[in-house]
Amino acid sequence: MYYIDPHIHMVSRVTDDYETLSKMGCTAMSEPAFWAGFDRGSAESFRDYFKQLTEVEPKRAAQYGIQHFTWLCINAKEADNVELSREVIAMIPEFLDCPNVLGIGEIGLNKNTKNEATIFLEHMELAIKYNQQILIHTPHLEDKFQGTKMILDMLTDDSRVDPSRVLVDHVEEHTVETVLENGFWAGMTLYPVSKCTPARAADIIEMYGPERLLANSAGDWGPSKPTAVPDLIFEMRRRGHSEDLIRQVVYENPIKFFSQSQNFNFVRPDGVPVPSIQ
Amino acid sequence: MENTPTPMTADAVLDREFLEMRAKILELAASFDRLDRGEGGINDDRRMELIREALKLLEDPNAGRAEKIQLLFSREYSGSWRNEFGI
Repeated sequence: MYYIDPHIHMVSRVTDDYETLSKMGCTAMSEPAFWAGFDRGSAESFRDYFKQLTEVEPKRAAQYGIQHFTWLCINAKEADNVELSREVIAMIPEFLDCPNVLGIGEIGLNKNTKNEATIFLEHMELAIKYNQQILIHTPHLEDKFQGTKMILDMLTDDSRVDPSRVLVDHVEEHTVETVLENGFWAGMTLYPVSKCTPARAADIIEMYGPERLLANSAGDWGPSKPTAVPDLIFEMRRRGHSEDLIRQVVYENPIKFFSQSQNFNFVRPDGVPVPSIQ
Repeated sequence: MENTPTPMTADAVLDREFLEMRAKILELAASFDRLDRGEGGINDDRRMELIREALKLLEDPNAGRAEKIQLLFSREYSGSWRNEFGI
């Protein structure tokens, strides 16, 4: 089955992973900007990172027939440095016209601090000003519930934000309902230690239905599995779910959400282009 | 939000998951034994209190145990956080 991984950090992965993902049916992916595992020292470091996301990775992916899209921001962890964050935010518009940029992300909270929330709001302003979609990182473990509620407060308090153009990622059992009820898209991240397993993601699909639900691997430099989405496909097949239901979650839903970005010029494997609705 | 009921019967779920559940319970039991063998006291550690509360939630006859356990291990949310932060 063809699928799209809507959240995967390929800068952390070796080229062999592109080949494996292609063989597993991955036709496209989107890569949000995130933390490198260490705090970067200057905004110029982010400029190089954004070039990697907009120039290098699309070429690497294309060698294996995968279309690569991306999202730009300063991640929630480094967002605690307000001065650096403002320099990076000021630079982002230079890259918004790059052909694979879908929007602003993954913005969010990490330890739910005042600085992180301040920069989250400034990223929101940037997205609104440039009519960009938003992809959101919610915190891990004990910080997730509180942080998700705070993020939803900031989004829903601003009437200029269209929830149907916002994806809230890393939802789990205690956060998915409120995200969907508020009209946002929800992403389940299949990750071995924190976040969700394929079985629990299948449970969430059974409990809440497939509407506005996405599944991703987050495959990054930590303990993660870039082929986690095929694991979910396998789990749902084992349970006896229909191919149509599975395809909706892993293929059609990402296309529907991303099509709201003007740069989502996706071509299905059969050669049929999917026009952006923006 | 319309749910999508699992196509598997409860019997089928149990057939498939019994050994997996048994293995997970054994892992927990072994963890508790390991804690007992270690030197030092942990009975007053808040994390052990949380684990004991979580085990009680497993026996809750009502659905939603995963969500309840997630909430148990979560920091509290205050609706007035923006006032507290002054933003």
